[in-house]
Amino acid sequence: MAGHRRAKATPSFGRLYLAMTEQVAFSVTTTRSVDVEGIALHADLSGALFWEEQRLLVVSDLHLEKGSSFATRGVLLPPYDTVATLGRLAAVVARHDPRAVIALGDSFHDRTAHERLSADDRDAVAALQAGRDWIWIAGNHDPALPRDLGGTIADEIAIGPITFRHEPTGARGEIAGHLHPKARVSARGRSMERRCFASDGMRAVMPAFGAYAGGLSIRDAAFAKIFPRSGFVAHLLGDRRVHAIAASRCY
Amino acid sequence: MTAVDASCPTTPSTNPSSRLTCNAVPPRILKTSAEPAALLPDRFRAWFAARGWSPRAHQLALLEKAREDRSALLIAPTGAGKTLAGFLPTLVELSSAPVAPAKSVVSTGRTLQRSGGLHTLYISPLKALAVDIARNLERPVAEMGLPIKVETRTGDTPVSRRQRQRRYPPDILLTTPEQVALLLSSDDAPFLFSSLRRIVLDELHALVTSKRGDLLSLGLARLWRLAPQLRAIGLSATVAEPDQLARVLVPQPGGKEAAADIVIAGGAAPPLVEMLDTRERLPWAGHSARHALPEIYELIKANKTTLVFVNTRSQAEMLFQNLWSMNDDGLAIALHHGSLDVAQRRKVEDAMSAGRLRGVVCTSSLDLGVDWGDVDLVVNIGAPKGSSRLMQRIGRANHRLDEASRAVLVPANRFEVLECRVAIDAIADNAQDTPPLRTGALDVLAQHVLGCACGEPFLSDELYEELRTAAPYANLSRQDFDDVVEFVASGGYALKTYERFARIRQDKEGRWRVANPKVRQSYRMNVGTIVADDMLKVRLVRSRGGGAGSVIARGGRLLGEIEEAFIEGLSPADTFVFSGEVVRYETLVEDQVYVSRANDKDPKVPSYMGGKFPLSTYLAERVRRLLDDGRAWNGLPEQVRDWLSLQREVSRVPAVRELLVESFPRANKHYLVCYPFEGRLAHQTLGMLLTRRLERARARPLGFVANEYAIAVWALGDMSFMIRDGRIDLNALFDPDMLGDDLEAWLAESALMKRTFRNCAIISGLIARRHTGEEKSRRQVLFSTDLVYDVLRKHQADHVLLRAARADAATGLLDLRRLGDMLARIQGHITHRELDRVSPLAVPVMLEIGRESVYGEAGDELLAEAADELVKEAMS
Repeated sequence: MAGHRRAKATPSFGRLYLAMTEQVAFSVTTTRSVDVEGIALHADLSGALFWEEQRLLVVSDLHLEKGSSFATRGVLLPPYDTVATLGRLAAVVARHDPRAVIALGDSFHDRTAHERLSADDRDAVAALQAGRDWIWIAGNHDPALPRDLGGTIADEIAIGPITFRHEPTGARGEIAGHLHPKARVSARGRSMERRCFASDGMRAVMPAFGAYAGGLSIRDAAFAKIFPRSGFVAHLLGDRRVHAIAASRCY
Repeated sequence: MTAVDASCPTTPSTNPSSRLTCNAVPPRILKTSAEPAALLPDRFRAWFAARGWSPRAHQLALLEKAREDRSALLIAPTGAGKTLAGFLPTLVELSSAPVAPAKSVVSTGRTLQRSGGLHTLYISPLKALAVDIARNLERPVAEMGLPIKVETRTGDTPVSRRQRQRRYPPDILLTTPEQVALLLSSDDAPFLFSSLRRIVLDELHALVTSKRGDLLSLGLARLWRLAPQLRAIGLSATVAEPDQLARVLVPQPGGKEAAADIVIAGGAAPPLVEMLDTRERLPWAGHSARHALPEIYELIKANKTTLVFVNTRSQAEMLFQNLWSMNDDGLAIALHHGSLDVAQRRKVEDAMSAGRLRGVVCTSSLDLGVDWGDVDLVVNIGAPKGSSRLMQRIGRANHRLDEASRAVLVPANRFEVLECRVAIDAIADNAQDTPPLRTGALDVLAQHVLGCACGEPFLSDELYEELRTAAPYANLSRQDFDDVVEFVASGGYALKTYERFARIRQDKEGRWRVANPKVRQSYRMNVGTIVADDMLKVRLVRSRGGGAGSVIARGGRLLGEIEEAFIEGLSPADTFVFSGEVVRYETLVEDQVYVSRANDKDPKVPSYMGGKFPLSTYLAERVRRLLDDGRAWNGLPEQVRDWLSLQREVSRVPAVRELLVESFPRANKHYLVCYPFEGRLAHQTLGMLLTRRLERARARPLGFVANEYAIAVWALGDMSFMIRDGRIDLNALFDPDMLGDDLEAWLAESALMKRTFRNCAIISGLIARRHTGEEKSRRQVLFSTDLVYDVLRKHQADHVLLRAARADAATGLLDLRRLGDMLARIQGHITHRELDRVSPLAVPVMLEIGRESVYGEAGDELLAEAADELVKEAMS
């Protein structure tokens, strides 16, 4: 299949050295092709989506400062989620060097999350934005986006046949986030659950990118509303590859 | 009945029963010198006499200990009048005390004292036991007309009564470790406990093996400070190290060890244990003991009441169904296990007490608990696992001391014959293999520290000194303590951003107190150390017969509950046994599992998930010795002897210190089987690490299975050849250095480690058991502790919660300590046999393939397999 990228193992893929299957021990297929309305997009192993032709990278549901958001309510989750999320974002940006980045909503876990960003985190965001367009799409967690963090703010954005918005409506050509799709696959007493892209070739829902963002099973009724006919595909984020598996095979 | 049971004789040679009680007896055992008259008030002597009883030596011994103001550990078999012994000092003291005019005094603060008040706390691991003991105490109290108020306090006690108990405490309160923790965290604690004179800890041997024991010990430390006059009585079954257990009962002075006096009830007849000499062919593998069903049925029929113990819930279900299917005599046989509805369990217990049952099939749910006098036979199906555990089970039969308990062991396969044989020998030697005393867990400590702050504000220095009086925490380092306090306050993170969200804060004098009332509320909601498995409801519906994902009608008959972890391993259309029948898994919707009736006779997925407890190190050692000693094989059934002899001919029977490794080809795959005999938990961990190493050696391993005795790994690569030409070096393969980097790498993604971490996160109070009202549905949790684990591990690998999880992993689900000991033991003692086919010894573990789950953390291969199916579907 054309469009696959093969990246050399880097230190961030150190786990490869312990890989269980030999044939992929020293290379990693970081993307898999996902077509939406005839546009070839790449589902990246990190959970980002890359539109090569446009050099556009899309990430959804970063949920920055989710840890500290819980801390305000006495649940003192480790305060490293923002650093972890931005670090992974920096890695995927470095890999694809996009001309533009869309953060597809719920970039911040709550309305005041941006105020809790550390100076280092702000610098990291600024560094990611340097030399490229950056678009913050509003989400239900962050309807009022901060004005002091660079980038452009929008409710949705259309490029060619594709519309990017946070909450999926089921419209054709729509790429959305919000639902945090995940899927479980099992066989012979073993099972694993992973975040995934969900797509039926006409629309897609992206996985959450944030370090603490949980998931909703693609067998939840919410997905049935978006993919009217059964038969969408889950693109599961494996350890080294993205795997396309029929949604009916997952739960 | 003998007038006074012999206390342990100082010369243990003459009395044949002495071996049951006299090994490892320290010299400070009391010899009852005092006359009953001096110890027992008239009222009591008259009461004993009226019932035709004489006080037993150990009962008097505990009275004497009380008079000497000593704490004591009573080690006694069931039926020895242990409970009455524990309460006698209390009853005697309260009978002579003036009636307290306490009712007019109400607690308003911390300084208020009053005469009377709470005198004795009784703590049991089971609420049911507390309730039962209360009933039993009522009788002597009423018959002697003692002015004593006895009450229970458990999770089921109505709020109004709990409030009243705090204001007007009874003389004797019977409760659980969790309730004690809750009471200690209240403002009333000094008022409530300052009068406390005695604490009775029942089933102490069972309590101390878990984190509940840690919690209880921390509570004791607090009680000793609130009530310095407090003395403890521990009641326990026989244990391997009574001296260590006795330490739990007294405050540990810094730097030294202190222990309560030990009193041992003697006189019990040694149990009569035999192995079922089956007429049938012994199975090679499996755990059902189906071959012996008619013989088990005959045993039930031939005895008055029989307890049939099995190791897992699903075994209990199966056996129960099978027994009923052959129950032509209509014997009253009942089922008892932990997943049954509480009301149903109580019904069985009541029927049992009333003598209406002929047999009860049960799991460890009946290891402890209410005494039943009429059990005359214990049947133990499958592996005994440990000698102490087995002795305690056997002790459930016949609670009259002077008659021997009778037990029959039924091995379910050939390896279990070996285990049963050595267990019987161990019982004859009265060899105990209870685990050593725990080192207190840091997550429990965190819970306790928060509890302390909910009560009276504390100074770090003072609390640190107090905690170390608790035996499990006697060696707690100041660094660990400070880290835990930091964790409780603001998470203990190197990145100090949560100071403003702190849950506890220091005032000007440096005293820690809760930051707001919400913290106290959340502590109360989360107290305790038992983290239940996530359970799903199983409903029976009609199959639509369609492929995965076809719509299922909701509703359906409720069959019961099953572990979520088990269901996660199933694909739709897989079949398994539940509630005694083979069912087909249809789908999962929120917390409901839908299944339909399957026509298969044999389930596709085994639901034997292994017992909770692995084979004890001690019994494992004895099994290895038995194997090594050809002469001892004479004591084994002929079928087993033949099996071992054949093994000796075609391969080798491992020597005591040796690790035997066999390799052979079979059906296009290559197998490597080794026999560490270290229990399935350690074997699963070893299997994970071995496959990693074989992967690196390019042997292309595909999977492995582990049982209690052996591990089998299969691969595409010819491992025999690789061993021969040196590409696999067995000494390097089993080098203890696998517990270094390989272990670290595996822990990063191990599901077992993540589960361990989750438990620590809950117990420590990092996350609540339930985020009430915040949880949208079971399938969409607010955050996953797995994600928290990943992030924390990467950014602060030495965080106190990760340290707590690592400590758990050493002894818990991963059994790392035992694995480490084994690897050290076998260094330089590995023997390899290259075979052209499977060996007799390998057959049992090879038969587990396809029956037991295949271990191996699922990874890309599993996903790739599912993806391939999609391709096939598309191409067909």
